[in-house]
Amino acid sequence: MHPFDYTRVSDTREALNAGRRGGRYIAGGTTLVDLMRETVERPGALVDISDLPLREVTVTERGGLHIGALVRMAEAAAHPKVRTLYPVISEALELSASAQLRNMATIGGNIMQRTRCTYFRDVTADCNKREPGAGCAALHGYNRTHAILGTSDHCVATHPSDVAVAFAALEATVHVLGPDGERTVPFADFLLLPGHTPHREHALRNGELITAVEIPALPRPLRSGYLKVRDRQSYEFALTSAAVALHVRGGVIREAKVAVGGVGTVPWKLPAVERHLVGERPSDALWEAAASRAADGARPLAHNRFKLELLQRTVERQLRIVGGTK
Amino acid sequence: MIAGGVTAGSALGDAQAAAEPAPTSRVALTVNGTRRTVTVDNRTSLLDLLREHFGLTGSKKGCNAGACGACTVLVDGQRVNSCLTLTVRLEGAEVTTIEGLADGDELHPLQQAFIEQDAFQCGYCTPGQIMSGVGCIKEGHTGSPEEIRESMSGNICRCGCYVKIVRAVEQTAGRK
Repeated sequence: MHPFDYTRVSDTREALNAGRRGGRYIAGGTTLVDLMRETVERPGALVDISDLPLREVTVTERGGLHIGALVRMAEAAAHPKVRTLYPVISEALELSASAQLRNMATIGGNIMQRTRCTYFRDVTADCNKREPGAGCAALHGYNRTHAILGTSDHCVATHPSDVAVAFAALEATVHVLGPDGERTVPFADFLLLPGHTPHREHALRNGELITAVEIPALPRPLRSGYLKVRDRQSYEFALTSAAVALHVRGGVIREAKVAVGGVGTVPWKLPAVERHLVGERPSDALWEAAASRAADGARPLAHNRFKLELLQRTVERQLRIVGGTK
Repeated sequence: MIAGGVTAGSALGDAQAAAEPAPTSRVALTVNGTRRTVTVDNRTSLLDLLREHFGLTGSKKGCNAGACGACTVLVDGQRVNSCLTLTVRLEGAEVTTIEGLADGDELHPLQQAFIEQDAFQCGYCTPGQIMSGVGCIKEGHTGSPEEIRESMSGNICRCGCYVKIVRAVEQTAGRK
């Protein structure tokens, strides 16, 4: 690990000042410390934001949720309002990492976590994300766990978060504070596709700080849930996953929110699947037909072609779990 | 708290970075009920502090990457991976390790249960398993063997004692 200066800040103004001077914010630290030890991350200064007042979960006026950036994963998962209003968020969190890590890691840090691509984590391997222009060892290397959606010739790494898949499905908003004040970024614009610049991963500007993630209100009753498919039953990243939320009234699906994980360079929203569902009556045939669109546009690599069918089946199963059968 | 010392930017090469003194900080924390004040290199993990500075070698360094759970301790009552916890961030914190679990000569009920259930072979993961089990029981994730297994999945046991570890946690939770 490279040496670093350390500052613990007590308010957001102090944080932004330290951030503007090039300090790197640290919250739970579960990704950052790990990657610093591997020398993938080499910040010269850490700015500890643990004491900032960003640890509340509140219901918004319209009936959505405002989740402070420093709420721990375990706290968010167990929060009564999260559990009752958006089970998909609780489930995604509880199926992530381990109990120890969920006690440490925060919501803001979770969406900022970096890929688990082994070539990214290995400083002796070529990686455009770590070292722009170096090349991508995964493209023609061992890429069984890599992405099939949103990839480019420069990067095929997946975004590893589960709860970010739920946030993408629910069309969350990221609240950001910077030297020029507050702004909000739609979740769909927050995490960036790799394209030619895989080292650019998010929409934060220099020194900006995530203060909260807001989930919009959705028509009720709303049923939602998260399904994660992986190589072992617990404490493992997704091969495929699906976040689904459905609003059914009068026997007809009025709203459908679907996103998938483990397959995209960013959490992958499925508008074609959503459109297939809205206006229809729940049925096994509908789930199957809608899910058949889940891998549209996918570009499989040498070792992950299996994800095409696995993804369709994951979405179909989760539609059935959330929507039931008629 | 502002840590003094030099700034080692990412532009510095390894040799250059190593040639300059690394920034240090003074931290006061409580470990197993004893107040300690130490000056540490900012890079020092809680696990290294416990093992190398305080001689508390119960907490084990398995993976040093948050993947095995052998380093699990309680910080302010919550189970965490001490390998991913920077000491410099622990000003005022209360840390409990396996060495601080027993009440004098009387083992903690979960320690006793591990013996009664024969829940270990080589013992390397055991301190982490027990500290994680204490957290699991405290968090209330003991409703069924399946729930315990899920809640304890952050602790790997290469000897494969999982069945008996679950029984030990169950036994202890049931007695509460």
